[in-house]
Amino acid sequence: MLRTLAAVVRRDLLLAFRQRADVANTLLFFVVVVTMVPLGVGAEPNLLRSIAPGVVWVAALLAAILSLNRLFAADFADGTLEQMLISAEPLSLIVLGKTTAHWLVTGVPVTAIAVVLGIMFDLGVGETATLIASLALGIPVLSLIGAVGAALTLGLRGGGVLVSLLVLPLYVPVLILGAGSVEAVAAGLGGGPYLLLLGALALFAIVLTPWAVSAALRISVE
Amino acid sequence: MLEALDLECTRGERVLFSGLDLRVAPGTLLRVAGPNGTGKTSLLRVLCGLLQPTHGEVRWRAKSIRALKEEFWSALAYVGHLNGVKDDLTAVENLRASAGIAGLEADEGMLRSALDAVGLVGFEDSLARFLSQGQRRRIALARLFLSGGVPLWILDEPFTALDARGVASLSALVARHLAGGGIVILTTHQEVPVEAARAEMVELGNGQGAAC
Repeated sequence: MLRTLAAVVRRDLLLAFRQRADVANTLLFFVVVVTMVPLGVGAEPNLLRSIAPGVVWVAALLAAILSLNRLFAADFADGTLEQMLISAEPLSLIVLGKTTAHWLVTGVPVTAIAVVLGIMFDLGVGETATLIASLALGIPVLSLIGAVGAALTLGLRGGGVLVSLLVLPLYVPVLILGAGSVEAVAAGLGGGPYLLLLGALALFAIVLTPWAVSAALRISVE
Repeated sequence: MLEALDLECTRGERVLFSGLDLRVAPGTLLRVAGPNGTGKTSLLRVLCGLLQPTHGEVRWRAKSIRALKEEFWSALAYVGHLNGVKDDLTAVENLRASAGIAGLEADEGMLRSALDAVGLVGFEDSLARFLSQGQRRRIALARLFLSGGVPLWILDEPFTALDARGVASLSALVARHLAGGGIVILTTHQEVPVEAARAEMVELGNGQGAAC
């Protein structure tokens, strides 16, 4: 079982490496959106400091949605997905492997870049650390929930827009908790409870969404 | 033993086939024939469990494949209409990935000898995007060389895009699998160039299921 998981992760990482431009697009989008905001709202340090967590989180969320259609579409088009559906190993395991690879390729770099963006918005050390921690816990949730939407809309025309509509409402709690944790630290309250709730969401998503994605894929491929 | 009981399949508004019964015993080659659009691929997908029939059920060793799931799929190798080959991976990386996805155990030597067997000598480390249609098909078919222990093979148009030597070597592989007690179900528009002790045929057409 672990062999299949490792094989899927390895394959997807190799593919992402060969298609670097696609991956870079998502990251570039994230950075561009975040850097645009100070140009729009003005360079008042106090204002920037207070909106930074929200801006970074919204941009991370949009970047996650942008990269969702890459999750299953290529495998669906070239027939690999069929082979996944009739694997001798559980489909949910393969799905978990694919979302793990997706997170490693998009989520981890976004989390790392956020360090620099935190400095750009003049966040303190505590706030930046909380921002990173919240992204590290929250972005996997975005990938996992997004995978359900991507699987449901696979092969539909206009699936991209539909995915956003399906998935965005489910992203709201993650956004509130993620941005809220940093604001709480800035207000001197401590971000612990927010991070614990995000961690609970992440565990919940890891356990349940692979099953939902598997069921959705079987319906979509039919 | 693969059995299909009273299968009916509908795509959109159209009934492709109904009342179709099949019994395929070990060592049998079953050819699914019929004009384009009569549901050959759909029948194969139903037999694989990729498509739910609108009526009836498929049984593997007397149990419904819907209940068996992974247990049935571990006994199945399917080469579909689509190759499942990634442009950005080399031939050997493609085969390694498909073996990993299928849950087959294969070391580097097995992968390379499977690619040699389908005539991809010297192309093992070329990216699939630089290979021809026939060569990509061979990468998909190379999976069968790793699936020797898998009893049921379902092949959708396996001979398309292959040259004469490719057809001959695939036929030999299928014949060997049948001789070893395997089951092969395939669709093809050519006469099947396979020597089989037990060969059967289902003819699909005009919404009528023909029993065999």
